[in-house]
Amino acid sequence: MSRTAEEIGRTELGPRPLPPLGEHRAATDLSYVDTVLDNGLRVVVVKQSTVPMVEVRLRVPFAGDAPLHAATAEVLAATVLTGTAKRDRVGVDTELALVGGELAASVDPEVLAVGGNALASGLDTLLEVLADALTGAVHSDDEVAGERARLIERITIAESQPAMIARKALQKHRYGDHPITREMPEAEDVAQVQAEDVRALHRAAVLPRGSVLVLVGDVEPATAVAAATAALAGWSSDKAAVALPPLPDLTPGELKLVDRPGAVQSQFRLSAQSIVRTDPRYPALQLANLAFGGFFSSRLVENIREDKGYTYHARSYFEFTPDGATLMVETDTASDVTAGALLEIRYELGKLGVTPPTETEVETVREYAIGSLLIATSSQGGLASQIAALAMLGLGVDYLLGQPDRLKAVTAEQVAEVAREFFAPSRFTGVIVGDAATLGPVRALGGVTFP
Amino acid sequence: MTVSELHRYTLANGLRVVLAPDTTSPVVGVSVHYDVGFRSEPEGRTGFAHLFEHLMFQGSESLEKLAHFRHVQSSGGTFNGSTHPDYTDYFEVLPSAALERALFLEADRMRAPKITEENLKNQIDVVKEEIRLNVLNRPYGGFPWITLPPVLYKTFPNAHNGYGGFEDLEQASVADCAAFFDTYYSPANAVLTVAGDFTVDSARELVDKHFGDVPERPRPQRPSFAEPAPDSEIRADIQDKLAPVPAVAIGYRIPDPVDDMDGYITFLVLAGVLADGDGSRLQQRMVYRDQLVTDVSAGCGMFGPFEARDPDTFTVTAMYSPEVSVDTVLATLDSELEVLAATPPSAQELAKVTARWAASLHKEHDRLVSRTLALGSFELLFGDPGLVYELPARISAVTPEAVSAAAKALRPDSRAVLTVTPAGGAE
Repeated sequence: MSRTAEEIGRTELGPRPLPPLGEHRAATDLSYVDTVLDNGLRVVVVKQSTVPMVEVRLRVPFAGDAPLHAATAEVLAATVLTGTAKRDRVGVDTELALVGGELAASVDPEVLAVGGNALASGLDTLLEVLADALTGAVHSDDEVAGERARLIERITIAESQPAMIARKALQKHRYGDHPITREMPEAEDVAQVQAEDVRALHRAAVLPRGSVLVLVGDVEPATAVAAATAALAGWSSDKAAVALPPLPDLTPGELKLVDRPGAVQSQFRLSAQSIVRTDPRYPALQLANLAFGGFFSSRLVENIREDKGYTYHARSYFEFTPDGATLMVETDTASDVTAGALLEIRYELGKLGVTPPTETEVETVREYAIGSLLIATSSQGGLASQIAALAMLGLGVDYLLGQPDRLKAVTAEQVAEVAREFFAPSRFTGVIVGDAATLGPVRALGGVTFP
Repeated sequence: MTVSELHRYTLANGLRVVLAPDTTSPVVGVSVHYDVGFRSEPEGRTGFAHLFEHLMFQGSESLEKLAHFRHVQSSGGTFNGSTHPDYTDYFEVLPSAALERALFLEADRMRAPKITEENLKNQIDVVKEEIRLNVLNRPYGGFPWITLPPVLYKTFPNAHNGYGGFEDLEQASVADCAAFFDTYYSPANAVLTVAGDFTVDSARELVDKHFGDVPERPRPQRPSFAEPAPDSEIRADIQDKLAPVPAVAIGYRIPDPVDDMDGYITFLVLAGVLADGDGSRLQQRMVYRDQLVTDVSAGCGMFGPFEARDPDTFTVTAMYSPEVSVDTVLATLDSELEVLAATPPSAQELAKVTARWAASLHKEHDRLVSRTLALGSFELLFGDPGLVYELPARISAVTPEAVSAAAKALRPDSRAVLTVTPAGGAE
């Protein structure tokens, strides 16, 4: 009664042809306003009324080179929404909750980010709570002490995650002790942060000039701009928020092996210098990256996952900083296939230049790039995050709208050219985190510095 | 809540279809939910349902290995699949011009997947890497979804590890796969959902064209996985070499969402009152006032609410400081539950939970992938995709007294307590 696998995989009719694509329908035009308020804050509002919600993203450039900047900034982000003269922590949460809202703050070496959402009918409450925190957060002694203790525990927990260990090792290997490497502060630095330091940093650095506020949702752009203007009228300063200075270009070099005794898997984190989004070669490089490892049907994934079974996860992508960008290649593989994976990664990097993406590969990645952008920006949250990221690079909604046409204009020759230049194995540096005792075959391949 | 107009019907081969047109954006979501998850896998074959999910991407009669991914992605779309306790889902989200392709791809593998020795071996390797990445090589791996069920449940279907043991995965054979497909992947055991930019007439035509001739096979009898709730507190501990601080997961049984949806939803509201937001009771007491824990959360279901039939689990999880004893954490939880059991929550507390749920359901609806999957899983599990749109009203109808009674039902003498203890070597 039961069929064999072979019987299951066959029908009388035999294989059927793939249906063609139907008619493409263009996304409807976005109605938006992009303006700068008197206090220097750039405000971008986009109407997207798919659901009666509004998304908010605030980005404040937040660089600093004081030794305790990262630690102080982390405590600031943890306490900025815990109370003002007008509302305590519970008051903040209650007012937001009653309009279905939430706000959360985070910080990295470049930016203080506050993001959240609420029912669109609660936009005024959302803006008021946000503005109150920006201008009136008290960072009370108690809240600072409590958050400081929790942060130290969270840092301890995060530092035990292999992905965090690998990230930290890569940053140190790429950038030494540059402020960009302080993505997560040291626990002992956090322990030294005093409430007065946090309040001083807030006064000095949480500034509207140079910052961006993005609102996306079921709101009229002009009305929302007026609401933001009114809510944030009290947020002002002659000074501008501090952006991170340009990073040094990466120096290609050997991969550094970081020993993690007992690990059953190795983390690969490779990186090379790349170009900014506004570079005319960027759309071609974006397609070259997709073909290499930027999506599932890429050469890297098809090779080391679907052919070799070395990994569950492999990808390549860009990281953007205010004035530059890097190309990242990452995967995690079992210890016994780490050498094999290294060999294949190097092979695929070299091959992308020597045997560049074919016309078919270029068409595939072009469709994917255009379609996935359409999907990513079809939700309010996705669109808000995209616009906020672009805004920090000085770009706007028009850049987003122009992206499909720029991708359509790229030729296979242009892809081949940037593939040769940017994916050359000799341009890369990076780290492998794993159990050095089990990685002898990696040593034999060369190009990896063991501890 | 924005309500898509819903169309439900069943093909002659038993395939249930849900159509939810909405032309706001030129994108479309397609999903197929099969009524089999890891609770149905046999002893000695732990992880098989998930492994089989991987194999469904490895080619079918009209599609060579890798073709599925390439066709979706070259149409500008994204795809994935996931295995749950009671079902397995597959989905694509694409520009609406590619709707027919997505239907073709799903129909082809429902009709005639190509299961080979080579692909099976390759995907066993990939799944083992997935388990190394998500469980073995990291602290708190599988906590609590893999590690709590064997404490709370006694029977194999409910207690075992859905990712599977390596020794079981390595035993899986092509014949196992064929039998599993024939038994569980019948069209009568599946739900097809199409949501987004299309017209109902054209979608119906395309669904008929591609799925109409998938041969009919019987719908398997779904066994009951029911088992009694524990009659005491059951404790277990895991020594984790990678974990830097202790963690605890407390599991309780909750009402069957199929028989008693409103009873189930009451526990969802209770979870919000307990742990959603800085003003919630456990955050206030455990995190801020007593400073016992770094984080605490509460919720229904190991992967979120409405993901499983009976039995389902209410969990409270916390990471706590090594100086604190787990008994203190438990005593504090119990005292907060007692307070709530004695005095119902205020109207404002419930208003907060209701508004946050309404907002989060809107957000879920706004992401086409989650909208498509929610409609499909609600049809499959509860026979009613429209329930997705009724949830805000059902949640706001929960009374303070009902929440109070739910708190009383979370009894210390009928629960599982799993601790994770750091076992050194993490430095």
